[in-house]
Order: sequence, then structure tokens, then C-alpha cells
Amino acid sequence: MRKGIFAMKNVLHGLAALGLGLTVATAANAAEFPIKKPVEQDWSFAGPFGTYDKGQLQRGFKVYREVCAACHSLDLVAFRNFEDLGYLDAQVRAIAAEYEVEDGPDDAGDMFMRAATPSDHFPSPFANPQQAAASNNGAAPPDFSLIAKARAVERGFPTFVFDVFTQYAEAGPDYIYALLTGYGQDPGEHAVPEGTYYNPYFLGSASLAMAEPISDGQVTYDDGSPETVDQYARDISAFLMWAAEPHLEARKSTGFTVMIFLVLFAGLVYLTKRKVWSAVH
Amino acid sequence: MSAGHSTYTPKTGLGRWMDARLPLPRLVYDSFVAYPVPRNLNYAYTFGGILSLMLVAQIVTGIVLAMHYAASTEVAFNSVEKIMRDVNSGWLIRYLHSNGASMFFIAVYVHIFRGLYYGSYKAPREMLWILGCIIYLLMMATAFMGYVLPWGQMSFWGATVITGFFTAIPLVGEWIQQLLLGGFAVDNPTLNRFFSLHYLLPFMIAGVVVLHVWALHVTGQTNPTGIEVKQKTDTVAFTPYATIKDAFAMIVFLAVFAYFVFYIPNFLGHPDNYIEADALKTPAHIVPEWYFLPFYAVLRAITFNIGPIDSKLGGVLAMFGAIAVLFVVPWLDTSKVRSAVYRPWFKLFFWLFVVNAIFLGWLGSRPAEGVYVAMAQAATLYYFAFFLVIMPVLGLIETPRKLPNSITEAVLEKKSAGAPATEQAKG
Repeated sequence: MRKGIFAMKNVLHGLAALGLGLTVATAANAAEFPIKKPVEQDWSFAGPFGTYDKGQLQRGFKVYREVCAACHSLDLVAFRNFEDLGYLDAQVRAIAAEYEVEDGPDDAGDMFMRAATPSDHFPSPFANPQQAAASNNGAAPPDFSLIAKARAVERGFPTFVFDVFTQYAEAGPDYIYALLTGYGQDPGEHAVPEGTYYNPYFLGSASLAMAEPISDGQVTYDDGSPETVDQYARDISAFLMWAAEPHLEARKSTGFTVMIFLVLFAGLVYLTKRKVWSAVH
Repeated sequence: MSAGHSTYTPKTGLGRWMDARLPLPRLVYDSFVAYPVPRNLNYAYTFGGILSLMLVAQIVTGIVLAMHYAASTEVAFNSVEKIMRDVNSGWLIRYLHSNGASMFFIAVYVHIFRGLYYGSYKAPREMLWILGCIIYLLMMATAFMGYVLPWGQMSFWGATVITGFFTAIPLVGEWIQQLLLGGFAVDNPTLNRFFSLHYLLPFMIAGVVVLHVWALHVTGQTNPTGIEVKQKTDTVAFTPYATIKDAFAMIVFLAVFAYFVFYIPNFLGHPDNYIEADALKTPAHIVPEWYFLPFYAVLRAITFNIGPIDSKLGGVLAMFGAIAVLFVVPWLDTSKVRSAVYRPWFKLFFWLFVVNAIFLGWLGSRPAEGVYVAMAQAATLYYFAFFLVIMPVLGLIETPRKLPNSITEAVLEKKSAGAPATEQAKG
């Protein structure tokens, strides 16, 4: 028993030391990737008055359902949230009913499947992370709920300083768009292990385990938008930004009111301050 | 200053009744109304008030967050996301709290630099300065533990790396680390004790703030000239003069705060913290929050062994030393003149120190390799040389500029000079 604890201690200390050392060890790799930085795209939700384009979100949701959802879960999003996309309550119920979720236990103590309702969360394509990894060459596809905020290519100095003033907060969707449209011929400058696909925009290395996931014409749009990889990539990126930051519109519109209030308040208090101090100066 | 000559006279019967039993209104009146402050304070002196506001803001938002947060490794990450998605205005409260921590540190750094520039630490204000250093230390501990609570990748790996520092301490290091972690690695016991302490420490900060303000009210404030208050015309009453000026500065500060919260709420955070903690996946780059980066650079600058001290322990000692040295600043500065305004050389070295500190922060965000290591070593050297060499030596050899006889004289001098001078124009 005691010996076991000591062995474990060593392993864990090794891990802790690894944490300290890895910063140094992986730095060399980190500096090298991604090979190409994403190009900034125009997004309807950028800037101080940004709002989501509901049509685009619905298209992005369609791309997600028909393509991405085969491998990527969306755990934190509930069907009721899709009202944000402009769907009516009845439509949300209809969408939910297309999916089955596990419920239970029932009176007999058994778990059972039933049609999803708006309060259910989007069902995961895999039963657990192990199954997800096993079905995908050992690399579990990441959950998509927060991916638009969990991925960003470092902006570097001095760009990150300018970002404060330009309110650049779209590094996530820019990255997703760049990755989806960035698959191409491997120029052979980097090692691309078997079973991975070259993509110069990938954050971690020169290639990733996911093959080019979508091709022109794969998803049918009923609003006349072009059915191209470029358009699909834009729409899914916008949809994922919404999934990661559903209250973005409320945040920005509240922010405008707050800023106007604070500026006016500051002006009034400044004038009062001038008046109060005029006797002293 | 306030003790002894209270000018409070209760006007109502209830006021007199209260004053004879618990003279709390008198204390408030003497401390925040009649309390005399130097008339020449500039806007750098408003950050004490701003810090009090930020402490209250963090406690209020934090208490609300704690109503919805669950400190268990199984659900912590999702409970924060529940706040962001489903709790009414939860996104606002959470962004206020996470950005509030950064704003708190921006304010405290301005406050500390102001103290260094105007020699606010010099006798008789040593206790005031030391209490400030203790608050800063408590703030760092609170912020570090708070960052662990969302249980993202940076939370987990930041906690692993930082608690790992303690193992460098000979003999008791491992014991301290295990006490902090509640086990052999960052896990549920760590998260639970960090949550508990993260809730406790802000109230300890509030306690030390009371002592800090008490010490301030005993010695009185310094001012840009560094000359003590000598006559009645040197001061103005706290209310309305300082109150209205502090209020204006607070609102401007809140506008900056709001800009971050509403427009770029994730600018100061790390994207990896939107990935749930995974003990089996190390992020490519473990970096602490921005306000710890200068110290992180100092830690990693020590890449060599010094006698029996290996580089790991050396780095940890240098990092803690970089904070510890602040405590003895009142005794390191040998200058008879308090304010940098009258010390041309000190002024130069001070601004170099500020630039150097920002540079160290940037280096802390770079990988510790190649030319960055050498730069971090040079910057670390200057950091310590500023305190341990420049401060004591410069005080002995520098010829200060001629001091005015009083604050009033300094103010009048500037006025007659016509052009509004920098120190006063802002006031």
C-alpha cells in the first residue's frame, strides 16, 4: 500500500515537473504553428453594434446538423436556445422531436428513449469520449459549444494592442473559417503523419486528424445562398460563435446604453468638480 | 490627523443621542468629510478610491456568482457555462467579475507606481506601505485561486505549475504543496479549498484595507511635492473636494471597465480556459494571467545554478524576492527628498523601471527560449538593481532640485508661471 502511494507520488511529481518543463519544451513547436495566420473576415456580429444574421445562423445550424453533428457534440446548447435563430416555438418543438434522447429510469427501473423536447440539450453523437476517440482514429472530435471562444491564433505585438481599440473579438470564427477553407496540397515541408490531413491553418501542427469535412453542394440551402465551401464555412463559423456566445447581442446593446450613461455622467461630474474646485484654484 | 480635534457637532436630538453612545457618524464625518487632504493631489491619487470601489464590486459580483457556481471537478466548468447562458444577466455578472479582476490589478499597479514615484513609502508612512504590500500579496493569492475555479485548461495547468513552485523549497516544499493541493495533484480537494479560500481572502483584504486607511489617516496623505502639510491653506476638506474628484476618476475608470466587459470581454483571458480541464492534455503554452507575467518572466530568467541553489529554487526565490523586496523599500531609499518631482535622476530610473516592468510582462508571455531568456535576465537584473542598488546609492549622491517651502507656495508658483504645469494642471 505504502509502496503504491510512493509510486503514485512519483508519477504525479513527474507530471507537475512536466507542467513546468513543458512550457519550455513545447515552446519551439508553438512558435512554428500555425503555418499561416487566419485572414480577418467580415462578420455581422463584429464591432460595437454587431448582431447575428439569423438567416446565416439558420444556414450554419443546417450545416452543423447535416455535416458536423455526425462527429461533434454541442452539449451546452439546448433546443430551446434555437429560438434565438428566429425559429418559432412550434418549429423548435418540431426540430427537437427529430432527435431522440435517453430518459429514465421509468417505473420499472429501465432507461428508455423518447423524442427530445425544447428543454433537452442537443444529443451527442457518441455515448462517451472513449467511444468518440475509438471511432475517430484515437482523436475524439472536440465539443462545439465553446469552440469559437476556445480557439484563437496569437495576434502578436503590436496587433494585440490595436485589437483593444478595433474591438477585435472574432479570432475564433476567423480561425474556424480559415481551417475549413484551408485544406490543400501538402508542400512537403512538414511531416504529415499517416491518417492526418495537411492544413496550414491548424493551430497545433501541420496536419490534423479531420479530413476536409465538407465540399461544394453538400448542403442544400433554400434561401438562394451559394452552396459553396466558402459559404458553408462562413455560416458554420457564425453559428458556432452564436453557440459560444448566445448573449452577444444583449451584451453589445446593453454596453452601448452603459457607455452613453457613463460618458454623460462623467461629463456632469466633471463640470461639478470644476465648479467645486474653482474657489480653491 | 483626525484624532484629537474632531469638529463634528450633531445637529439633531437623535444625532446627539447616537454620538453619546456609538459615535459612528462622528467617525465617518471626521474621516470622509472634514478630513483635510493636500490641495495639490493629482489624478494619480484617485486610485485608492478606485481600488475600494473595485474590491466592493468584486465581492458583490462574486457573492452572486457563488450562488450559482458548484465547486466540484465534475460540474464546475458547466456550472460557469450555466451562469453564462441560463442565469438571468449571468453573462454580465461573470464578465464583470473576470474583467474586474484585471481592472483591480490595473488600478493597483497605478497605485503602487504612484507610491514609488512620489516616495509615499518614506517615513512616517512605512506601515502604510507595508500594509499595502500585504493587500497586494493577498490580491495575488485571491486572483490565482479565482482563476482556477472555472476549471478550464489554464485553470488546471496554471494551478499545477504554480503549486509546483513550492516543491522547490527544501525539506518542507513537498509538504506545503500537498497541503495546498489536498493530495498529490490538482483535483477535487484542490478546487474545493481554493473556492473556500477565494471566498475568504477578499474579506481579509477588506480587513487590511481598514488598517491601510487607518494608517493613512494617522499620517495624512503625501502629495506630489512630497512636503508635509504645514498650514491650513495647504489642505482642502475631503468633502466636497476629494470626494467629487474621486467620483469623476471612478466614473472614467468604470467607463474603461465597461468597455472591456461589453465589447472585448475575453481579450484579457486565454482561449484555452474555454476548454474543460483535462489532466491528460497539457496545453502547448502554459501562461498565467497577464498581471502575473512580469513575475513569471523573473521565475524563468533564472536558468542557472547558484552554488547550492539549483535553477528551479533560484527561480522561485527570485520570483518571491521580486515581491518581498517591495516590503523593505522604505529602508532601501536613502534620499532625504520624498518626491521624484525634485529628483531628476530618480525620475529617469523610475520611468526606466516602469518600462522594464512592462517589458518583463511581455517576456513572461513569450516562450523561455533563445534570445528571450537573455532579455528576461537583463530585465530581471534591472528590476532588482533598481531597488537594491539605485535606490540606496542614488539617495546619497543625487543633488535634488530646490524644494518649495510649502504646498501652498508650490501651487502659487505654478499658477504664476502661467502655463499649467503637468503636476498641477490635472488637479
